[in-house]
Amino acid sequence: MKKILTTPIKDEDLESLNIGDVVYLTGTLVTCRDVAHRRLIELGRELPVNLEGGAIFHAGPIVRQKENGEYEMVSIGPTTSMRMEKFEKEFIKRTGVKLIVGKGGMGPETQEGCVENKAVHAIFPGGCAVLAATQVEKIEAAEWTDLGMPETLWVNRVKEFGPLIISIDTKGKNLIEENKAVFNEKKKPILERINQQIRFIK
Amino acid sequence: MAKFTSYIGKRLPTDVTEKLGELREKEVNFLAKEVYESMRQNQDAADKLDRPSCQDTGVIQYFLTAGSNFPLLGELEEILLGATQGATKDGPLRHNAVETFVEKNTGTNTGSKIPWLDWEIVPGDDSVIIDVYMAGGGCTLPGAAKVLMPGQGYEGVAEFVFDVITSRGVNACPPLLVGVGVSTSAETAARLSKKAILRPVTSRHSNDNAALMEELLTDGLNELGLGPQGLTGNNSVMGVNIESSARHPSTIGVAVSTGCWAHRRGKIKINADMSYEIISHKGFTL
Repeated sequence: MKKILTTPIKDEDLESLNIGDVVYLTGTLVTCRDVAHRRLIELGRELPVNLEGGAIFHAGPIVRQKENGEYEMVSIGPTTSMRMEKFEKEFIKRTGVKLIVGKGGMGPETQEGCVENKAVHAIFPGGCAVLAATQVEKIEAAEWTDLGMPETLWVNRVKEFGPLIISIDTKGKNLIEENKAVFNEKKKPILERINQQIRFIK
Repeated sequence: MAKFTSYIGKRLPTDVTEKLGELREKEVNFLAKEVYESMRQNQDAADKLDRPSCQDTGVIQYFLTAGSNFPLLGELEEILLGATQGATKDGPLRHNAVETFVEKNTGTNTGSKIPWLDWEIVPGDDSVIIDVYMAGGGCTLPGAAKVLMPGQGYEGVAEFVFDVITSRGVNACPPLLVGVGVSTSAETAARLSKKAILRPVTSRHSNDNAALMEELLTDGLNELGLGPQGLTGNNSVMGVNIESSARHPSTIGVAVSTGCWAHRRGKIKINADMSYEIISHKGFTL
């Protein structure tokens, strides 16, 4: 059976989750990426959306404005989460956000933030942007539109949005960092073997 | 060209689709299979709804191999500027051109030197081959170049490729197509590494040593088992393509460019009489 998180998300909803678990989200999901993080943390501007118990999506979508003025979600996949590593710990603390959705792993600072404030990071499969768009029921608001289409904060109502693969849990375990350690360990013997066969300079 | 530019954002080229199918079949890990299933559903939905399959439709690049006698040689730059603007509206494509230093999104996908044009002139020929390329930020981020000392040899090249893929390739939406340029300096190697990923996934370098190295790197990276999205799996890459030039005896320039699984490129040949042939996408006509 599908495990579904619903906003507002409570601490106890997240405590039993482990890295590698697959969940889905129903409720509100707000896109939030590079410049929005910078504005809150470095420039001290207040976010125009309340994220207490909420979920953000590291994503810059393609949005079409219909003739009646409403926005239509065309294509919305995750962007590289690591770009927000610099800001995320402080961002979690300041906003009370509970679920961060993106692509690839995040680093030790975000891990700390997830432990201290009971939050999780999850991976939505990168490049699957139309699949994601079909799970957006409605765009309820658009904030900071001066940032242009990718960086605007798009407030989405989503239904069973996923699959979301937990990559950092509330215990501070980090799936991608663990995987990277394995890749790095495997690397050396493989390279030694390849290097025997490519000594073309003689 | 506007139509073709828009089209390649919606459907993957035939060689990439075939390779992904092959990798999906081989996969046995739970999370990896889950991700391959999402990828399949996504491409079906993009096709059915006629939408860009990935939201990041890149900064548009055109790689031209142009005959010196192609009748519209002088007009191509303007034509491709118009094609980018047209595709941006019709796709629609995401607005991805941020004017540097001004730090404003132009909203048109055009700007200073954008769309980016790369030229090769073929003396005496009267046709043009255009490779359209659209890459997201995610698979552009791992891009790296370095100039090695000859003592580091081709072993240094292999190490550089592995370092880039294990550190940054993980976040670039694997399974990746890895392009490697081997040349003299940073920028010549970098250009070749990008040309390398415009080649078909299963193509091989014409030199036997280079082709061997392509195979060794492909097998070696697959053995790492990055899996789709770096979640571990049976494979890491769709392939490794190497492009090379003669080099200065004192240096080995090496560069890596990566293409994500949604490797969106298209190749079209336009003849002097404006008849055309689409090489990258089987069965598609404009």
